[in-house]
Formats: sequence, structure tokens, C-alpha cells
Amino acid sequence: MSAFLAVVQRDLRLALRQGSDAALVVAFFVLAVVLFPFGVGPEPQLLARIAAGVVWVTALLAALLSLDRLFQLDYEDGSLEALALTPLPLEALVLAKCLAHWLTTGLPLVLAAPVLAALLQLEGEGYLPLVLAMGLGTPSLSLVGAVGAALTLGARRAGVLLSLLVLPLYIPVLIFGVAAVDQAVAGISILPHLSILAAFLLAALPLAPLAAAAALRSALE
Amino acid sequence: MHRFANPARFMRLSERLMPWCTAGAVGFLAVGFYLALFVAPPDYQQGEAVRIMFVHVPAAWMASFAYLFMAVASAVALIWRHPLADLAAQAAAPLGAGFTLICLVTGSLWGQPMWGTWWVWDARLTSVLVLFFLYLGYIALVHAFDDPTRGARAGAVLALVGAVNLPIIKFSVDWWNTLHQPASVFRIGGPTVDRAMLVPLLVMAVGFTLYFAALLMLRIRTAILESRLRAARLGEVEIGAETVAGPAQ
Amino acid sequence: MMDFLAMGGYARFVWPAYGVAVLVLALMAIVSFRSWRHRQRLWSEISTTRRR
Repeated sequence: MSAFLAVVQRDLRLALRQGSDAALVVAFFVLAVVLFPFGVGPEPQLLARIAAGVVWVTALLAALLSLDRLFQLDYEDGSLEALALTPLPLEALVLAKCLAHWLTTGLPLVLAAPVLAALLQLEGEGYLPLVLAMGLGTPSLSLVGAVGAALTLGARRAGVLLSLLVLPLYIPVLIFGVAAVDQAVAGISILPHLSILAAFLLAALPLAPLAAAAALRSALE
Repeated sequence: MHRFANPARFMRLSERLMPWCTAGAVGFLAVGFYLALFVAPPDYQQGEAVRIMFVHVPAAWMASFAYLFMAVASAVALIWRHPLADLAAQAAAPLGAGFTLICLVTGSLWGQPMWGTWWVWDARLTSVLVLFFLYLGYIALVHAFDDPTRGARAGAVLALVGAVNLPIIKFSVDWWNTLHQPASVFRIGGPTVDRAMLVPLLVMAVGFTLYFAALLMLRIRTAILESRLRAARLGEVEIGAETVAGPAQ
Repeated sequence: MMDFLAMGGYARFVWPAYGVAVLVLALMAIVSFRSWRHRQRLWSEISTTRRR
């Protein structure tokens, strides 16, 4: 357990020292969302209707931005190999890195989302559901993204390939995440949507580290 | 299992099987197209548009089946390190992508007269679109590495991860109220499709399957031949170096 | 004959559908076969050079 926390702490410290990752991701998130009123026009009703979708899609894209470096830097300087040799199982290592990734990119997105939704005139009933849904969804994004990052480690055009592989797998989270907000605004219960997001997360928690570890082993051979 | 691990044995086996599969494919497809276009009756509600079913449905079945094949082959490759399993999975991928493309396009062409729309974001259509992207992603991933073993291994993991999409495709029409119609052939209680339509459908399905089998064998043979060529070229380079330096007497 | 081609008014859906299906099936077969033939030719070249 302490080894697990040690990896989380290490990654967090590296991320904070660099500082740029979380800030860049949130900055992209904000900028991308802000573009939409310029693109589709400032009419409040139109913006309110697309608010949930826009916030979710840009959050997805923003989450993608920092994924390719999840393992890349450690792989290049040899520390991934060193970490793989420790008694901590590779799956736990992946989980630790996902947790650190979520804390530095997912969590800031969840916190920034209501502010941006307000910019897009999202109606009042949608805010809490948005935060809840994104709180359940963004960890899944980190987990599934880690699988993509591990698979494309050392590949040509790894960044683009990663997006290509991971975005289709993100679609279920996107569908239910947006539906949760839209249904809440319409006054319908969103318990089923949140349940499905939770189920996806519970499934990803054991499976994603398994797949990512298998991919990492192949990269380290 | 390991009897078939020998590439030479596969070459011999496939050399005997392929002509039959190819002939069978051509035969069943030809009969199937004839039945679909000339013999099958028009539908009471959809008229002649129902004929699209005879290409759309078999393509859809094959799209899922090819991915299932790819996932099983990938599992075998990862667990038992079976030498031909990787080749089999990679051979199946472009075929599966093609079937999925046929499924999506013919489905869209059928949807417009039937539902009044070219596309709808319901569970069945969305998950088949995801399937298409998974095929393309798999092919891109396998070819993205200089080391082919690395590419094969990464592809195998991706194929298995994406396999969760298969039950979603199959059961999406049961779990959700979708625009796409529920299962009418592969269901408990037997098919609900009329016999006059079921026969051309099954003939086409057999034709598509034999087509897949034939091309799969051809593509695996090509891959085996490619690895032999590579080995031979390496050998040749060494031999060439010897002759340049002068024969060792 | 014209009735058959008209497909009860659905011609612009049915024929493109069949066309795409046949096209994709044919293309996959042709590409796979040409890939095989290319390598087979290379192989026979190499085997004859070796035998020499």
C-alpha cells in the first residue's frame, strides 16, 4: 500500500513541479468552450441546449492532451523499467499513475466545468448533475486513457494514434454523461445514468490496469 | 492445438481447403444474390426496399463474427504465444472492417426509406460505428511500430479491450428502446422472419462466411509467405557477403 | 425489366446498397489476391536464384 502511495506521491510531485500540465489542460478546456458562443452565436437558448454536450466533449479532448505523457517520460528515461522491477505489481503501478493523472487533470476539469457551463447558460438543475456525472466519468477517462497510452508507447505518431484508439472507447461515458445533465434539466431522474457511469468506472478499475500492464510488459521487453 | 502451430502444416491444409471455400463462396453468393433480387417477395410494408436486408444483415453478422474471431485469436496469441494466432487476427481485421463498412452504408440506405433518416444515434448504430473505429484503430496500431512483434502484441491487447463492445452490439436492441429493430433470427424461440425471406438470408450468410474463410486463409498464407521471404532475404544478405569476400575454401 | 430496375420506387436505395456491397467484397478479394501473387512471384524468383 505504501509503495502504491509512493508512486502516486511521486507522480503528483513531478506534475506539480512541472506545473504546466494541469494548467494547460484547464486552459485548453476554457478556451475551447469559449469558442463555441463565437461559433454558433450568443443566443442563450441555443447555448443552453448544447451546453452539456460542449462541456463534456471539450473535457474529453482536454483529458486526452496529457495522456500520451502518462508513461512516455518514465519510459524514455528508464524509470518505468526500474519501477517495473519493484515488488509493486505493474497493475498497481498503472492504477497509481491513473490516480495521479486524475488528480492533476480530471479533478480540475470537474471543478472548472460548472463555471464553463454557466458561460454557456446551462439551466440551474443541470449543475449538480454535471459535477456528479463528471466526477464519475473523468476517472474512467483516465483509466481507459492509460490503456491507450500504454498501447501506443514507442509507436510512430503516438499522440494521434492514442486519440484514435481512445475516443471510440470514451463514447459510452460521453453519451451517459451528457444524458445525465440533459435529463436533469428536463426534470427526469438521472439515477440510471449515474448508475451506468458508476458501473463503467467499477468495470474499468480492475480491467484497465490489467490491459495497460499487459501493454507495458510488451513495451518493456 | 499445437498440431496447427506449424506454418507448413497450415500451408498444406489451407491449400486443400481453399479451393472448396472459394468455390462454395462463389456458389452461395451467386445463388444468394439471385434469390435476393429475383425470388424473394417484396415486403408488405417496405416493398422492394426490404431486399437491402439480404446484404445488410449478413454483413452485420460477419462484422461481429470477424471481431469475435480477432479477439479469440488475440487471446490465444497472448496466452499461448501461438505463432499463427497473431497472423490470423491481423488477417481478419481488414475483412471485418470491410463487412462493417458494408453494414453501415447499406444500413443507412435502408434506414432512409424505412425510418425517414440516414442516421440515428441509437445504441445499435453507435456501437457498430464504434466497432468500425476499433477495426481501424487495430490496423493502425499494429502498423505503428517498427518492431512487428510489439505491434502484434499491442494489437492483441486492443482487440481484447474492444471485445466488450460485442455484447453491447448484440444486446443493445434488447436493453434499450432503439429505432433499430430487435433480433429476429438469433433469438430464443427461433426466428420470426418469414420462410421466403429466411432462405435467401441464410444462403447469403453462408456465402459471406465462406468468403471470409477463403480470404482469411489467403491472407494468412500471404503473411506466412512474407515471413519466409523476410527470412530468406536475411539469409541471402549473409550469403551475398560471403561471396563478396571470396568463398571460404 | 424496367419495373425490376425501378425496385418499386426504391431504386436509389437498393442499387447503391448492392453496389457498395459488391464493390467492397470485390475490392477485398482483389487486394488480397494481388498481395498473395506479388509475394508468390518474389518467392519463386528467390528460390530459382538459390537453386542456381
